[in-house]
Amino acid sequence: MSSNSFAYTEQSGGGETAELGQEATSTISPSGAFGLFSSDLKKNEDLKQMLESNKDSAKLDAMKRIVGMIAKGKNASELFPAVVKNVASKNIEIKKLVYVYLVRYAEEQQDLALLSISTFQRALKDPNQLIRASALRVLSSIRVPIIVPIMMLAIKEASADLSPYVRKNAAHAIQKLYSLDPEQKEMLIEVIEKLLKDKSTLVAGSVVMAFEEVCPDRIDLIHKNYRKLCNLLVDVEEWGQVVIIHMLTRYARTQFVSPWKEDDGLEDNEKNFYESDDELKEKTEDRKKPYSMDPDHRLLIRNTKPLLQSRNAAVVMAVAQLYWHISPKSEAGIISKSLVRLLRSNREVQYIVLQNIATMSIQRKGMFEPYLKSFYVRSTDPTMIKTLKLEILTNLANEANISTLLREFQTYVKSQDKQFAAATIQTIGRCATNISEVTDTCLNGLVCLLSNRDEIVVAESVVVIKKLLQMQPVQHGEIIKHMAKLLDSITVPVARASILWLIGENCERVPKIAPDVLRKMAKSFTSEDDLVKLQILNLGAKLYLTNSKQTKLLTQYILNLGKYDQNYDIRDRTRFIRQLIVPNEKSGALSKYAKKIFLAQKPAPLLESPFKDRDHFQLGTLSHTLNIKASGYLELSNWPEVAPDPSVRNVEVIELAKEWTPTGKAKKENPAKKFYSESEEEEESSDSSSSDSESESGSESGEGGGSEEEEDSSEDSSEGSSSEEESESGDESEAENKRMATRNSKNKGKSDTEDGKKKNEKSKTSGSSDADSSSIESSSDSESESESEYESRKTTKEIGKQTKQDRNLLTKDVSLLDLDDFNPISTPVVLPTPALSPSLIADLEGLNLSTSSSVISVGTPVFVPGKTHVLLHRMSGKGLAANYFFPRQPCIFGDKMVSVQITLNNTSDRKIENIHIGEKKLPVGMQMHVFHPIDSLEPEGSITVSMGIDFCDSTQTASFQLCTKDDCFNVTIQPPIGELLLPVTMSEKDFKKEQGMLTGMNETSAVIIAAPQNFTPSMVLQKVVNVANVGVVPSGQDNIHRSEELKFSSSLRKVCS
Amino acid sequence: MIHSLFLINCSGDIFLEKHWKSVVSQSVCDYFFEAQEKAADVENVPPVISTPHHYLISIYQDKLFFVSVIQTEVPPLFVIEFLHRVADTFQDYFGECSEAAIKDNVVIVYELLEEMLDNGFPLATESNILKELIKPPTILRSVVNSITGSSNVGDTLPTGQLSNIPWRRAGVKYTNNEAYFDVVEEIDAIIDKSGSTVFAEIQGVIDACIKLSGMPDLSLSFMNPRLLDDVSFHPCIRFKRWESERVLSFIPPDGNFRLISYRVSSQNLVAIPVYVKHSISFKENSSCGRFDITIGPKQNMGKTIEGITVTVHMPKVVLNMNLTPTQGSYTFDPVTKVLTWDVGKITPQKLPSLKGLVNLQSGAPKPEENPSLNIQFKIQQLAISGLKVNRLDMYGEKYKPFKGVKYVTKAGKFQVRT
Repeated sequence: MSSNSFAYTEQSGGGETAELGQEATSTISPSGAFGLFSSDLKKNEDLKQMLESNKDSAKLDAMKRIVGMIAKGKNASELFPAVVKNVASKNIEIKKLVYVYLVRYAEEQQDLALLSISTFQRALKDPNQLIRASALRVLSSIRVPIIVPIMMLAIKEASADLSPYVRKNAAHAIQKLYSLDPEQKEMLIEVIEKLLKDKSTLVAGSVVMAFEEVCPDRIDLIHKNYRKLCNLLVDVEEWGQVVIIHMLTRYARTQFVSPWKEDDGLEDNEKNFYESDDELKEKTEDRKKPYSMDPDHRLLIRNTKPLLQSRNAAVVMAVAQLYWHISPKSEAGIISKSLVRLLRSNREVQYIVLQNIATMSIQRKGMFEPYLKSFYVRSTDPTMIKTLKLEILTNLANEANISTLLREFQTYVKSQDKQFAAATIQTIGRCATNISEVTDTCLNGLVCLLSNRDEIVVAESVVVIKKLLQMQPVQHGEIIKHMAKLLDSITVPVARASILWLIGENCERVPKIAPDVLRKMAKSFTSEDDLVKLQILNLGAKLYLTNSKQTKLLTQYILNLGKYDQNYDIRDRTRFIRQLIVPNEKSGALSKYAKKIFLAQKPAPLLESPFKDRDHFQLGTLSHTLNIKASGYLELSNWPEVAPDPSVRNVEVIELAKEWTPTGKAKKENPAKKFYSESEEEEESSDSSSSDSESESGSESGEGGGSEEEEDSSEDSSEGSSSEEESESGDESEAENKRMATRNSKNKGKSDTEDGKKKNEKSKTSGSSDADSSSIESSSDSESESESEYESRKTTKEIGKQTKQDRNLLTKDVSLLDLDDFNPISTPVVLPTPALSPSLIADLEGLNLSTSSSVISVGTPVFVPGKTHVLLHRMSGKGLAANYFFPRQPCIFGDKMVSVQITLNNTSDRKIENIHIGEKKLPVGMQMHVFHPIDSLEPEGSITVSMGIDFCDSTQTASFQLCTKDDCFNVTIQPPIGELLLPVTMSEKDFKKEQGMLTGMNETSAVIIAAPQNFTPSMVLQKVVNVANVGVVPSGQDNIHRSEELKFSSSLRKVCS
Repeated sequence: MIHSLFLINCSGDIFLEKHWKSVVSQSVCDYFFEAQEKAADVENVPPVISTPHHYLISIYQDKLFFVSVIQTEVPPLFVIEFLHRVADTFQDYFGECSEAAIKDNVVIVYELLEEMLDNGFPLATESNILKELIKPPTILRSVVNSITGSSNVGDTLPTGQLSNIPWRRAGVKYTNNEAYFDVVEEIDAIIDKSGSTVFAEIQGVIDACIKLSGMPDLSLSFMNPRLLDDVSFHPCIRFKRWESERVLSFIPPDGNFRLISYRVSSQNLVAIPVYVKHSISFKENSSCGRFDITIGPKQNMGKTIEGITVTVHMPKVVLNMNLTPTQGSYTFDPVTKVLTWDVGKITPQKLPSLKGLVNLQSGAPKPEENPSLNIQFKIQQLAISGLKVNRLDMYGEKYKPFKGVKYVTKAGKFQVRT
């Protein structure tokens, strides 16, 4: 149908008017069906002509009308050829509308759609990122299986695009391609893996979405990106946040041990307070060691907290469910406030949030108790909201608040909304059973309701009272009598049936009334509802058994009526009862037990929350809302008994060429990592991390216990197995090096890209996290001996000899880089934070032994670059500006500190007083020597102060507050790696030796771009010293300059260029 | 995620459909209509409906149903929140979110939906970004476009999309630079029969209208920030500064937006500015009842209470009402049984009241419960919690902006039980 016929048939106004107007000119329509038909044809002709005209405005008009047709769900597919021609239109609006059309109809007209592909392929190369992105969007949306390879190619290219927007679209395209052709999964996973590494916040949400859709089980892809995702989370757009939080919740449940154990354990202990000590001891031993939360686990919980303040309800809910599922129970309390806030939102949000609160409030009442009143019902709430609120109120009811609640319920019972009133009565029943103090009060209240005017209310009360009485074996003769009277007035079948049942059950307690009731019922039997009839039969049978004298005839009369009832259920029941209770020759052995059968003690019904069984679904999910497992629902796994290796999350800072091979994968599958595990199991993690790649960064195994024992054992093991470890890793990396046509100096370390051409060897690199640095600290503490050796080496400035070379270092291909051989390959893009692995610690310790007598003298800096960094911008500092630079002077405050000079400027128009350093937030191990407070700084004045920071040899940021009299500003300093170095003086020979020894240490590399003609040693040197604080080693060879420096605490690095 | 979207008007016509993946037949909406029928009341249509092959998540806003079709597990709030964002965007673009407006601008609607979702996942939802991609329709622009042939569609990626402040457009220029803040507080309360407060709390928002050139960096501080118990922020606000200094520091979006919404801590006693004296009674076995309400000021901090409206949902058995107001005017809708009394201002000398008779359906039992009164009012130049803005500073730009803060207190869900 075209829009023309629409106009004829529907006569609707609005958007149609324009079309109608146009039609009047285009068709002189005769009446009748034929006319309609012809104008139909003509109409499309008209659109086709417009599309073929060479005026953009005509085309645009035509396209707008076609989009209007699509929007209404009308078929416009026959215009496909005419539309598709315009896909290459210069006019961006036409183009967009054509895209809309294509996406809608390409699936139906695949052959024709192929005509447009080349246009998109061209557009994919367009310099405008918006055009590239939209081309990719349309190309991936047209769902034509034949172009799968083209899509795959386009996605691969786009995933490496410079524009994050295009990469984001690539992530979306992954899902589209996957749904079109699941065969591509493997290749797509590769792209996902690559995009997961992306540091742009724009991409993060989309790629995690793709991950969830394509390969949610490949949790291993997340490990390396876990910390990055946690840290980026706040800056990701809100929709991405939701997806990432849900994914991380699942991740956390597989990777960390339960934080709830401790709580439970404590409770256990309390309970068992009076048990004998022995038993207690056993228990504690059972629990092995006290629970300490994995720092990564903590990181996630900490970084999601600010998002509770999001304006987006979905984000708040996502954080709430994350806290609910993975945080220690004591911390989950903070989410209740935010969830209650969401209740101010529109009804749909309220509905979902209340559902989730209902589930939560069953398990942990305490969380929402302070907000009890927020769940009070208003008469204007929709019924579904009212019932949910009621549900929550019931869950929250306890001895303390029940009286207030019951008062509130009284109002609800009178509500005009009878459905809601009935629900309230049910609720009162539930409260009465749960809280024994109020059972009687509730019962009395309910009995009062029996005289209510509204039948639904009365009926509901009867049903609830029946349940309550059943629960209480106590005599309630009065109530039963009262209810028996009600039978005359009440008409609701359920209520009548309930009363009859109740009387039947208690027929011995009301011996006078029961037969009378039966008499009345026998009279009205035929007109009763089926439900009631069944209960009449039951009542008859029970009375027959207890009081056959009075009721024998009545019962038989009823049984006769039942025998000819229309309903087969009733006929069935009648037959059954007759056989059971009326003794005759045919009756079997069962009739002896008839009384036992009919008057057995029946278990009381359990009044439970309808939300009880929802808790096995993850909160906030569709499945939870529907209480059915929705397709694609990913089960939240139980906490693992033992946490999987936490070191997998460590990020290699600098990825050497070799890390581009799938070593990551190999390590997962390769059981050969047990290679080193002759040592205890405890060490497994550290070993495996050292095995997966030499430059693996620090594992937290050392951190967990922080114990010296562990350090020692890791030392032992690396000493024991170091030679094979070394050689193995040597081979591995040699192969890699060859592959990359690079002759790297054989280093156990990392290469970093900076703007100087150099290889840095570091004996020790910084930890990428607090955990790492703390492990460094602990290692150096335990090795205080070696530490002091270093100190002495520094101070005496005496060059010694290395006495021990027990580590076969020289046997390896310790090759320095020849310039000739140096290929200007682009070193892989790297992350800025280096990390330290336990194997490095071990190496360090080995090093300590071997270089015990060698002393290194600190040299003077060759060059001090004047580059300053902004510490505090004047705009954010309310006129106070601060810049800092590294003077490359040995720090006067301590050997391990780096000196930093801070220049403070007052750009405001008033005096700034009392400038000082406020609260410091330093990672573990870092130290800072602050400058003396500055009393005042005149307008336009500036002052330079120096301070010392011990960065623990890492590029971690030091954050602290710069305070004035009135304000505090949060500022951070992150040192470039080159500034952490200190030059030392030594001979070339020593340099070589040291270099050999340091093989395998962290390595930082960068490329210097220089024109061949001015490629002079001095120029290279200049470039190198510009970025790193190194010295020059006199060299025999012309084109090799070596610089060497001593790291502050204990590390030794070399630079060669 | 979101597969398709159907827009349905009150009479059950599907007047717009949009598919982001394969086409889903309109017949899927039948399940929705079924649920709608069952619910009787539009308010009671369940937001999430399960059908054999799909899940329908819907919102009801401005008399329109936005029904989205979902195929796999997704957080329902995600979809609900997004649909509301769509409705807000329409409101923003066309001035109203109505069937007529959407039908009139169907092409722009389509372009917007295309930009907002890609493959069912939100792509751009910030209004400032969308406005750069697709210009909102104005009469002037359509005239210009028809003459010059230029289009409504931007051809470069909005700068906001890539920057870390996606909410702000680049190159904003105003001749008059102004920044206005409205502190709006609403009192939610339930007052019981005897006039005592069952429940009361204050919810507030700060809405901003910022028309500043360039990239201003604002910081707004309060005299008494401790009052704010629970706050939710526009993404532009720097959370860290709030945590450490209780200062709202932000680079604002251009135009109107909600800066924060907050709840005042529950320790503070809430001042209830009005009281209602009421006596509503229905006589047994008679077809009439009496209705008498009087409103008076209470704890109004010396300000005038204005814009008072009383809405009462009368019981079903009420046929008609014969009332005389001493002030303002009243209407009673015999179909919906809603009584609305537009009072206006309270003058303490003469308290407004509404008295009269209620006609009941004869023979029907008298209503069980008296209806509750919903009250609306407004107090200008007062934030009932006592919240006060201390100062607004601007950094990063040279000019001096006009600044203004306005306080208003309103009744939120203010209900008096009778």
